[in-house]
Amino acid sequence: MAHTIRTPGIVAGRLAEDVLAENFSDLHPPLDAHEAHVAADRCYFCHDAPCITACPTDIDIPLFIRQITTGTPLAAGKTILEQNILGGMCARVCPTETLCEEACVREMAEGKPVEIGRLQRFATDALMAHGPQPFSRAAATGKSVAVVGAGPAGLACAHRLAMHGHNVVIYEKRDKPGGLNEYGIASYKTVNGFAQAEVDWLLDIGGIDIRYGQALGHDVTLDQLSDAHDAVFLGIGKTGVNRLDGFDLDGIRPAVDFIADLRQTDDLSTLPVGRHVVVIGGGMTAVDAAVQSRLLGAESVTIVYRRAQSEMPASRYEQDLATSKGVTLVFNAQPVSANGAGAVESVTFEYTATNGSGLKGTGERFDLPADQVFLAIGQVLEDAPDALTRKGAALAADAGHRTSLANVWAGGDCSAEGEDLTVTAVAQGRDAAEAIHKSLMGEGGPANG
Amino acid sequence: MADLTTNFLGITTPNPFWLASAPPTDKEYNVRRAFEAGWGGVVWKTLGEEGPPIVNVNGPRYGAVWGADRRLLALNNIELITDRPLQTNLDEIARVKKDYPDRAIIVSLMVPCTEESWKAILPRVAETGADGIELNFGCPHGMSERGMGSAVGQVPEYIEMVTRWCKENYDKPVIVKLTPNITDIRYPARAAKAGGADAVSLINTVSSITSVDLDDFCPEPAIDGKGSHGGLCGPAVKPMALNMVAEIARDAETAGLPISGIGGVTTWRDAAEFMALGAGNVQVCTAAMTYGFKVVQEMISGLSDWMDQKGYESTDQFIGKAVPNVTDWQYLNLNFVTKARIDQESCIKCGRCYAACEDTSHQAIWMKEGRVFEVNDAECVACNLCINVCPVEDCITMERMEAGQTDPRTGRVVSDDYANWTMHPNNPAAQAAE
Ligand SMILES: Cc1cc2nc3c(=O)[nH]c(=O)nc-3n(C[C@H](O)[C@H](O)[C@H](O)COP(=O)(O)OP(=O)(O)OC[C@H]3O[C@@H](n4cnc5c(N)ncnc54)[C@H](O)[C@@H]3O)c2cc1C
Ligand SMILES: Cc1cc2nc3c(=O)[nH]c(=O)nc-3n(C[C@H](O)[C@H](O)[C@H](O)COP(=O)(O)O)c2cc1C
Ligand code: SF4
Ligand code: SF4
Ligand code: SF4
Repeated sequence: MAHTIRTPGIVAGRLAEDVLAENFSDLHPPLDAHEAHVAADRCYFCHDAPCITACPTDIDIPLFIRQITTGTPLAAGKTILEQNILGGMCARVCPTETLCEEACVREMAEGKPVEIGRLQRFATDALMAHGPQPFSRAAATGKSVAVVGAGPAGLACAHRLAMHGHNVVIYEKRDKPGGLNEYGIASYKTVNGFAQAEVDWLLDIGGIDIRYGQALGHDVTLDQLSDAHDAVFLGIGKTGVNRLDGFDLDGIRPAVDFIADLRQTDDLSTLPVGRHVVVIGGGMTAVDAAVQSRLLGAESVTIVYRRAQSEMPASRYEQDLATSKGVTLVFNAQPVSANGAGAVESVTFEYTATNGSGLKGTGERFDLPADQVFLAIGQVLEDAPDALTRKGAALAADAGHRTSLANVWAGGDCSAEGEDLTVTAVAQGRDAAEAIHKSLMGEGGPANG
Repeated sequence: MADLTTNFLGITTPNPFWLASAPPTDKEYNVRRAFEAGWGGVVWKTLGEEGPPIVNVNGPRYGAVWGADRRLLALNNIELITDRPLQTNLDEIARVKKDYPDRAIIVSLMVPCTEESWKAILPRVAETGADGIELNFGCPHGMSERGMGSAVGQVPEYIEMVTRWCKENYDKPVIVKLTPNITDIRYPARAAKAGGADAVSLINTVSSITSVDLDDFCPEPAIDGKGSHGGLCGPAVKPMALNMVAEIARDAETAGLPISGIGGVTTWRDAAEFMALGAGNVQVCTAAMTYGFKVVQEMISGLSDWMDQKGYESTDQFIGKAVPNVTDWQYLNLNFVTKARIDQESCIKCGRCYAACEDTSHQAIWMKEGRVFEVNDAECVACNLCINVCPVEDCITMERMEAGQTDPRTGRVVSDDYANWTMHPNNPAAQAAE
């Protein structure tokens, strides 16, 4: 490959293939059996454990860890998956430092929590390697539910509905399932095609029919779904992106598109990346785009976030990950203009400060060279039926995840209750399925359809 | 998921995990919560005779042995039997039993060694509807000074006598709980059987001092500068308990006598081991006291998982399965010749095997150039010590020598005939028989 990290412009193959392979390998390699035993032995089996409360899917963490300790990882895996059918993915992608592990009493005591995420991976890997899923379908109810979107929320909902004996049809606009598990999550968190393997494994329960290339609002309407099914669940995520006025030169694109390309390529050495990359934003998407640009061989990568470090949505752990990979973090600076003729060459920023009324430019400006600019300033709801009430920019839903229409539920990123986390999407999909089940079976609500 | 339903003395419980007579079973509040958590049965905290309630110490009653990370390895206690009024306990037992007909409630008893005392309490226990009684002949502290507990359990004649009184005055199963604080567990077990016991349960706690305060020169737990021995329980006592259970299970005189296994049961595996050695079910105290009632969930899932893997459909398919394999030393096969093997791939070169073998065993490990450790077959007696001290699991293994090979240590050709000490030429008894 003729290119290096110093080749100007946006080019592929800046790094040798073995370096790329090394860069994109497992961020946290799996624990072996001995390591898992030692890690599990640190758990105190707390009463009413704070880690359980901190897990959005309420996994019985002390129990599954004890099951690892006593040499029954398959039972441990089942304990996890009973609560969180995507427990394998969550073990890889949950920001545990702000969830279960932050709440672990050993984090408080020693600043060293029990490694819950890695233990969860150990147990779920063991169970998935062992064979088919341990769940089966209840007797058929004859009810049919439409699930829109095959992301974490939709899949969790569909699986739970199938367990209850309902027939599920998933309408997915893309031609692959998984949602952001497949198109969004950083590659080094889910290596070796895990996302698809997990979906296949999940669908093994049966009773779930996925129809690809079916976009709600384009190929099907909510009315059609309501007519054809007894209930509808929307797990359509937030597939639209926020744009920045004036930022439309060549080389500027949404970070999520770059990440999706990266996740879909089978040959990283064909994926072009800029020599100087600037990422605008402060969330996990910004960090993932920045880190992966570096790993692809960009010479300089800078994340510019308009507020203070303490307000950055990406956790401190994610920030440290970025800096450890050579990404520069700039805080308190907002984009002013993208400069260049045809293709972007630099970006002008202005420092900011907060005074009582909000964020203001200080007047002091600086330029960063950029052949490539990724915008990671938020995703937005797209294609959601107008008939549904909004809360803020997302779908309004009650505590049982029912929307303003009695036969329609919603969960995950598209719902105002979502938290832009895989695990929360799973929890809401699962809980919505329980609510739908109750409603269809005539408990606690009108049966629809 | 395998069916864990277990029938012990005709008492059927949803699983073989019972709580042992101790603080976890001292009152209705606890026992109801234990049943809700999934325990199959309880042996109620030992009741004493009618009269002024028992008095406990008002300072610390427990001592402990910990691992490096504060894992509780053993607990020691100087608690006495229940200190709540007899009638209160009996009323509570009756109420709980009525609400949980599918769970076992066994009433543990300890009254003075006179027939009247037993005759007085047994009808009152019968009225509660409890499933049976357990005679506490085990408590090694306090009550034994008053001629009860292990003071009875250490005298086989008393065991037999009291058991007989109970069988004569009570219709339901009588379990005799044995103390480990004796030299040969078979004698008290035989006495219990002779008295008509339906089962024995063991072990109660082991007399112990867990530690000594080296500033105050007082054993712990210290009560105003003095300490007294207590009873040890928890993971550390399991090996002793397993042996005692096995001794009773394989003794010709007590073979077939049902056993409830107690002592350090902490995980499903501990339970399976007790049951393989002949226990019809297990009782648990320290694990519940350390981790709470919820710990039974792991025992249930682990045991049923293991049964599924092994293809056992009910617990009686493996209960006692290891008993025929417990034998006397003299019957072990002396033609079973093995040698230690070090896997160089997994060896981390710590040298522990070398130190152990060179300093304290048979000088059978070489330490070669570059910290390479290898076994010298000409010296290796296969003692297993290197395996036991090696920090890497499965790094050292024992490999059996095949028949026809020559053992370089003895120069003898290995035979696959079974030959034990009773047949060995060095055994004077064997030669005499020839
Ligand atoms: C770059 C990136 C990195 C992330 N990293 C992490 C992480 O490390 N850890 C973490 O916990 N979370 C992370 N997240 C957030 C996490 O991915 C999401 O919160 C989660 O995927 C939400 O699940 P969902 O099912 O609600 O939506 P999605 O995963 O977005 O799935 C929605 C599905 O619906 C389909 N769909 C959309 N519209 C329609 C329509 N009109 N008709 C039919 N189908 C439709 C989509 O194609 C998609 O399959 C990350 C997000 C991004 C963008
Ligand atoms: C605090 C405490 C009190 C106990 N009290 C009794 C008792 O009243 N009667 C009895 O038979 N055994 C009593 N035991 C013994 C237990 O029932 C059990 O035999 C012993 O603890 C061994 O089991 P373990 O290792 O599971 O704890 C007591 C044990 C403890 C720790
Ligand atoms: S799902 Fe996530 S938050 Fe919950 S226990 Fe697992 S790693 Fe922690
Ligand atoms: S808080 Fe930590 S130590 Fe306690 S149960 Fe959870 S993982 Fe274990
Ligand atoms: S004890 Fe085990 S790891 Fe250590 S040198 Fe011996 S064989 Fe190697």
